[in-house]
Amino acid sequence: MDLTLLYYLVPSIIMFACGVYGFITRKNLIAILISLELMLNSIDINFVVFNRFLFPGQMEGMFFALFAIAIAAAETALAIAIVINIFRVAKSVDVQNLTKMKF
Amino acid sequence: MNVVGNSIVYCVIALAIIVFSVLSVTSGKILRAATYLLFTLFSTAALYFHLGYEFLGAVQIAVYAGGILVLFVFSILLTSKPGNNAERLTSKRKTLGLIAAVAGAAVCTYALFSYFSSEVVTLFSTANTVTVEKIGEALLGTEKFQYLLPFEAISVLLLACIIGGVTIARKR
Repeated sequence: MDLTLLYYLVPSIIMFACGVYGFITRKNLIAILISLELMLNSIDINFVVFNRFLFPGQMEGMFFALFAIAIAAAETALAIAIVINIFRVAKSVDVQNLTKMKF
Repeated sequence: MNVVGNSIVYCVIALAIIVFSVLSVTSGKILRAATYLLFTLFSTAALYFHLGYEFLGAVQIAVYAGGILVLFVFSILLTSKPGNNAERLTSKRKTLGLIAAVAGAAVCTYALFSYFSSEVVTLFSTANTVTVEKIGEALLGTEKFQYLLPFEAISVLLLACIIGGVTIARKR
């Protein structure tokens, strides 16, 4: 079997589709965040694979993935702080129960 | 590494990525979903190791599996009651999500296969490895292809994130 570029992009596509599916169907805010992490992770795989196959002498895709991981960590920490604050105010993290914006 | 070994390692990693990411969006209990997300992140790190990016795989394990997953588990345990596996998915939204996911994946797959079928891009030389020395020089330089400014911007962003998280989540 000859491992070409496409072999590495197909798991990334499936992972991204799973993230979209979970983002639409889930009701819990934290489960939505988990789906978001899946999507971010599949994009990181894309950057790294394109770097390795199309520009093997350079490191730009790897650095982009590195910075994307750092930004994803910051974003997740902030989002979880917001979720905990919502839970403290509304006593629930289901998106269907969150209808008011200010209490 | 020979070609057969490479193919076997690739198959195992791809299968793990696909199975665990499907499980992490379909499992009913949210703590299990977080655990499957952990396995997905581990297999992604294995893919990075397989492609020759050891530093990136280590960062993936340390930041994602070590940091973000702990945050997820803590917030799950703070916001849900134990034994609460509710989360009913209505069928309407399920079909909507399935349609969106399958349509997106089909469009992406069609675009990929129509573009890359003509030129078969194959590797496979992980010979020019990315050493940590090269990464360090690229992160702390100001020449072309060097990244001191984004590095410092990320540090400011993390500081802002710490302050924002404390401000948002503290008790009033």
